[in-house]
Amino acid sequence: MTYIGQPVKRVDGYDKVTGKAKYAAEFNVPGLTYGYVVSGTIAKGKITRIDSSRALAVPGVIQVFTHENRPHTAWFDINYKDLDAPPGSPFRPLHDAQIKYSGQPVALVVAETFEVARYAASLVVVEYNEEAHETSLEANLDEARDPKSGMADLLKPKPPKPRGHADKALAAAPVSVQTHHVHGPQHHNPMEMFGTTVVYDGEQKKGKPHFTIYDKTQGAPSSQLYVKQIFGFSSDQVRVISPYVGGGFGSGLRPQYQLFLAVMAAKELKRSVRVTLTRQQMFTFGHRPETVQDVALGASADGTITALKHRAVGATSQFEDYTEVVVNWSGMLYDVPDTTLEYQITPLDLYSPLDMRAPGGVTGDHAIETAMDALAYELKMDPVELRLKNYSEKDWTVGDKPYSSKELRECFRQGAERFGWENRNPEPRATKRGNVLVGWGMATGIWDANTLPARAEAVLTVNGKLRVSSATADIGTGTYTIMTQIAADTLGMPIDDVIFKLGDTDMPLAPFQGGSFTAATIGSAVKQVCTDLGKKLFKLAQKSKGSPFYDADYDEVRFADGHMRLKKDPSVTMPLIDMVALNGGRSVSETSTSIVNPLKTSNYSRHTHSAAFVEVEVDEDLGTVTVTRAVSAIAAGRILNPRTARSQIIGGMVWGISSALQEDSKMDHRYGRFMNHNLAEYHVPVNADIHDLDVIFVEEHDEIVNPLGVKGLGEIGLVAMPAAIANAVWHATGKRIYDLPITLDRVLY
Amino acid sequence: MNPFTYARPDSVDKALGELRTNPTAKFIGGGTNLIDLMKENIEHPTRLVDVNRLPLGGISELPDGRLRLGATVTNAETAYNELVKTRYPLLSQTILAGASPQLRNMATNGGNLFQRTRCYYFYDTSMPCNKRQPGSGCAAIGGYNRIHAILGTTSGNADATSPTACIATYPSDMAVALAALEAVVQVTGPNGERSINFADFHRLPGNEPQRDNTLEANEIVKSIDLPAKGFTENHTYLKLRDRSSYAFALVSVAVGLEMAGNTITDARIALGGVAHKPWRKPEAEQLLVGKAATPENFQLAADNLLAGAIGYGHNTFKIDLAKRAIVRALGEATN
Repeated sequence: MTYIGQPVKRVDGYDKVTGKAKYAAEFNVPGLTYGYVVSGTIAKGKITRIDSSRALAVPGVIQVFTHENRPHTAWFDINYKDLDAPPGSPFRPLHDAQIKYSGQPVALVVAETFEVARYAASLVVVEYNEEAHETSLEANLDEARDPKSGMADLLKPKPPKPRGHADKALAAAPVSVQTHHVHGPQHHNPMEMFGTTVVYDGEQKKGKPHFTIYDKTQGAPSSQLYVKQIFGFSSDQVRVISPYVGGGFGSGLRPQYQLFLAVMAAKELKRSVRVTLTRQQMFTFGHRPETVQDVALGASADGTITALKHRAVGATSQFEDYTEVVVNWSGMLYDVPDTTLEYQITPLDLYSPLDMRAPGGVTGDHAIETAMDALAYELKMDPVELRLKNYSEKDWTVGDKPYSSKELRECFRQGAERFGWENRNPEPRATKRGNVLVGWGMATGIWDANTLPARAEAVLTVNGKLRVSSATADIGTGTYTIMTQIAADTLGMPIDDVIFKLGDTDMPLAPFQGGSFTAATIGSAVKQVCTDLGKKLFKLAQKSKGSPFYDADYDEVRFADGHMRLKKDPSVTMPLIDMVALNGGRSVSETSTSIVNPLKTSNYSRHTHSAAFVEVEVDEDLGTVTVTRAVSAIAAGRILNPRTARSQIIGGMVWGISSALQEDSKMDHRYGRFMNHNLAEYHVPVNADIHDLDVIFVEEHDEIVNPLGVKGLGEIGLVAMPAAIANAVWHATGKRIYDLPITLDRVLY
Repeated sequence: MNPFTYARPDSVDKALGELRTNPTAKFIGGGTNLIDLMKENIEHPTRLVDVNRLPLGGISELPDGRLRLGATVTNAETAYNELVKTRYPLLSQTILAGASPQLRNMATNGGNLFQRTRCYYFYDTSMPCNKRQPGSGCAAIGGYNRIHAILGTTSGNADATSPTACIATYPSDMAVALAALEAVVQVTGPNGERSINFADFHRLPGNEPQRDNTLEANEIVKSIDLPAKGFTENHTYLKLRDRSSYAFALVSVAVGLEMAGNTITDARIALGGVAHKPWRKPEAEQLLVGKAATPENFQLAADNLLAGAIGYGHNTFKIDLAKRAIVRALGEATN
């Protein structure tokens, strides 16, 4: 292979750094109008009065949409369900007078300019009848219940039934630890705010209006489906385009309310409309839910874990049962005979939570892996040794299946060696550097390695170039680049002659980008379609007059350097561009669906693994924590592009530092409202917070997960970091801090 | 954001005239705070009067050894100015601890003095806030008040429903150093020129939390003058915050000392992030004068400085944190 495995530079890099790459709110058309959202201010109750008269009086204002005058939309809940909707009744913007959460959109002002819309929005008067609300998870833990079942269970399995008697085993264990963990809500906050530009293309077929929608989304097909269902459009009336996404982290997995509002306004006004949210409004939809966890571990003196309990309660909204996989990971990592894993949710007067990078995984991992660290100390065992002692060779949570591949031991070995772990003094508070305490901590990480079905198209163009497309997204991860590499290698073409396109509902259907499954899923589809196109080209060549391939089978040829060649006699060759002539001068295209063989994959538990090693400095007098260096060793199957892969893992590690030390959406429960709703007060790391980060990809071959052997990297870089940092803080200070984020006041008091 | 007009006068008289004829006009320097406040619907000027063409630039030495910082000089120019760096390294260090390079490139010295609080409740127009909407109450009291004041709020103001209660802090870093250096703010207005000692420039909330400072209506800041004494040998600015840059101080300390051997002969300690203005207490500073630079003496000063501090729940940790910061800063300044 020429390109797969090589550090190919981002094919979209030039367009991004020169500003040529356009994002949803940057597509301009003549006559564009601008919508500005008025956000509600109470957590629960009813709107008793909305007065838009002053807003409507502002020159340039076209309309103010509220629940009182909004156009008709679909009646049934099912129409509002996007492809990532949890069980329940999805939120409907401007549906009625009911307020379900603070920050809910209550009006849309549409005007000829953005500035006029924004000003007029400030003149809309909304009066409410407030009702008592509940937004505190910790105050409502007794309301926790089992989540409803639904489609979401497919990718988010519920915990397995308890096995053995964990309580009994715990009581009998000579060594045990019990830990309690709380982390607050977090908001994704991608750099690009949510925005939708709806271009009204006028009435086209049979007098039906057509809309071209530029949406910030991790799945254009999901946005299209949502809009079609709600507004009663057919597929040929709505095209959703999303070529670039300025960060997603899960926030774009579901259509956000600006999409609904922009389409509603465009349809009603028969005008093109753009609606963008403000940074403050980025705190008015999905988020990582506040979660409370308890872990108990019991072990025999030799370090064998004999009892494992992990219980989690996450917050959700009153209208949907959002769930995460929080506790199952503990069972996957440690095959303990007496285990109880429990997960429940508590509905609160909030918007539904939404998958945020490593949803549930980073939450649960933080709890189990900090508890493991505490257990290691109680046992006087090295934390790595304890993990090796209890290394799981099979996944009992899905019925004792072996792992399709699991090079976690190698992660421990290489990570520890790179970090210098063998020099660690097991005692806390033992290392000082100047006047700061130094601590070393580690943790294991695990994430899913799924491959979903997807479609792709490949075209050999009349110019002899290869164009491949699929309606997936690239949220900055490098999808454009790695798909170009796969296509180029599969058909043996120079990479400059290959172009990959995505983010358009006119392209073959693909799942949204998320769950770390895009490289595997779309990669498989691209390989499949290029292989199928190759077969088609072979047939064309074979049929041609006097073909040198007349007697050959497809298996006997290979594609390289823009040519098809006989394997046994490479001098027998035909340039791919000649196939266009053989096709009557027309391009040659193929569309394929890739589906991994479920008979093969379902017998295995398929996961990525990691080991994170972290050094922190803690200024004990002032409570400040600095992550001075970190090493992540990753086992994630084949690495398609070490440059973009490393970038993915580094990003995940920075997220880990962020989650461990800084991120926290603070709510004032008296008002049920997030208060630090801007990037000045909702902290994420700056360059000065990030020091030496090192990434190791351990070699891992996996013939099971998919034909490419690719497992995905979107989340695994994050999972182990918060636990490793918390463990390092303990090692530095001797203080166990089980809540996140570890701010200086938590270190001091 | 409301519609507004824009003027860019080239003389102080014309600038003052703009304000005289339009009571809802506002001066704009770098706009690094005002524009945000307008976007968030907190400030509603109908006319912006750009001060950047006024002859208020430059950094110049005055005959008596003082240094004059022009009101329209940017924070970045000031921090990197050779005279400031060599004569007032404390100020240079403090400015660079604030904001980001991009913001410092825009923000002016005069404008820095008029930064408004970062109180969450002040910024959220759906919330009661006596500073934003006098008489509406103070939602920060009893709310999420991790970043709020512990000094100068007076215990009588502790009621969230009080029409004058306010526990907001003043967010500037630069002003903390200016307080320690005892800068003098030169202003001019309808009643002519006057000098305001830095300690008197910003004010405590008292009964008018909507007023951040003592500038009179239609006055303009011309310059900030630094007295000759620059504490070049023994100084430090320590800023504690939730990330390493681009975050407002939970607690900050500016220290300037004069030493004779290991004995402190003059001491200035100014705190940021703890009150409605940069906080100084001469009595605590006096405790250090004539004393040896020891942790014990630092602790005595710190305890004295924080005596009477009041916590409001989430911010109560700041009382002890401020003492720790003072001890550390004094230690750093004497090393």
